[in-house]
Amino acid sequence: MTPEASTDQSEVTSLLGPLDDGLEPALASLHARLALDAQLIHTLDIAYRIVDSPVGKLLLAATDRGIIRVAFELEHHGDVLQLLANTVSPRILQAPARLDNAARQLEEYFAGTRREFDLTLDFRLSRGFRLNVLQHLPRIAYGRTESYAEVALAAGSPNAVRAVGTACATNPLPVIVPCHRVVKSDGSFGGYLGGSDAKRALLTLEAAA
Amino acid sequence: MDPEQAARKKPFEAVVQEQGATVLRVCRAVLGVHDADDAWSDTFLAALQAYPDLPPEANVQAWLVTIAHHKCIDHLRAGSRRALPVDSPPERPSRLGIPGDGHAELLDAVMSLSPKQRQAVAYHYLAGLPYKDVAVLLGGTPDAARRAGADGVKSLRNALADLPALAHSLSKGELR
Repeated sequence: MTPEASTDQSEVTSLLGPLDDGLEPALASLHARLALDAQLIHTLDIAYRIVDSPVGKLLLAATDRGIIRVAFELEHHGDVLQLLANTVSPRILQAPARLDNAARQLEEYFAGTRREFDLTLDFRLSRGFRLNVLQHLPRIAYGRTESYAEVALAAGSPNAVRAVGTACATNPLPVIVPCHRVVKSDGSFGGYLGGSDAKRALLTLEAAA
Repeated sequence: MDPEQAARKKPFEAVVQEQGATVLRVCRAVLGVHDADDAWSDTFLAALQAYPDLPPEANVQAWLVTIAHHKCIDHLRAGSRRALPVDSPPERPSRLGIPGDGHAELLDAVMSLSPKQRQAVAYHYLAGLPYKDVAVLLGGTPDAARRAGADGVKSLRNALADLPALAHSLSKGELR
């Protein structure tokens, strides 16, 4: 670009500066309207919101079938959304309404007043043995724990202890599907995708309630 | 490019965050502030629908400006069939004696350009499209698009130079 052209560019953008009046609030309400409209015409494949919790900010994402993903900050929410875009659909918007119910139930859970989640879940990110494991986990009662070996047995493959570990470590729906209730046979916590502090916090919460 | 890479397309939310402001500025320049919100909504809703089919290597901003261009034309056509809104009567002369911050005057000046001039200025200066791409949207040659842009800028300067409150701050030499 010639110097003259760039002078022109900066002059014109500054001339047109008043077009930016109230731009931010306008964009905020336009975004909300887009989320609503998209939902109405069924083009919003994944809605998400971020909620605060005692174990850090949680990303909640839902398809029209149900909750598809809960993610800890440790998993990097940007990466999680990118992966959903790659594997499910890039039609993703921050659209809180679809997750109101999930957000409320999580709030109650963290307040100690909810012991079970009553939410429709979309398990499409999990297959095969991992899915068997995830479907068993809600049967571990609130405040109780099972060892990886016990879960392997319950999921129908007593020798697949290590695979149970993998299923828990890749649980797309942590907290709601309680992989935190699976611990090592020696009683130590074992790993957790939200970090061992988060796992300790969840088990402590459930033990106290 | 391996398949992993090829599949990589940002979540649409990132597109809205990155491009929303530019598209709104473009809609405001082409349509005025009043109708810009509707054109923005139409643009992003259409873009969201079509997004899965957009090639991952496509220029997202140029794609959105193209959609916005068509949505703005729809609004311009609808607007020319519609009576002028009563809340914005043409009262420009009376504003001249009451120098404000110049914002209302600027918006009036923009709307006094021809639609083609507004489009050329918006797509080139606000969205950064080269004139050859602007020409594709407007029809005609890149030179014609460049002339429309230059004429638009000249008219803006002239319209604003008439305003005492703005004359000195917008004189070419004093701009940063």
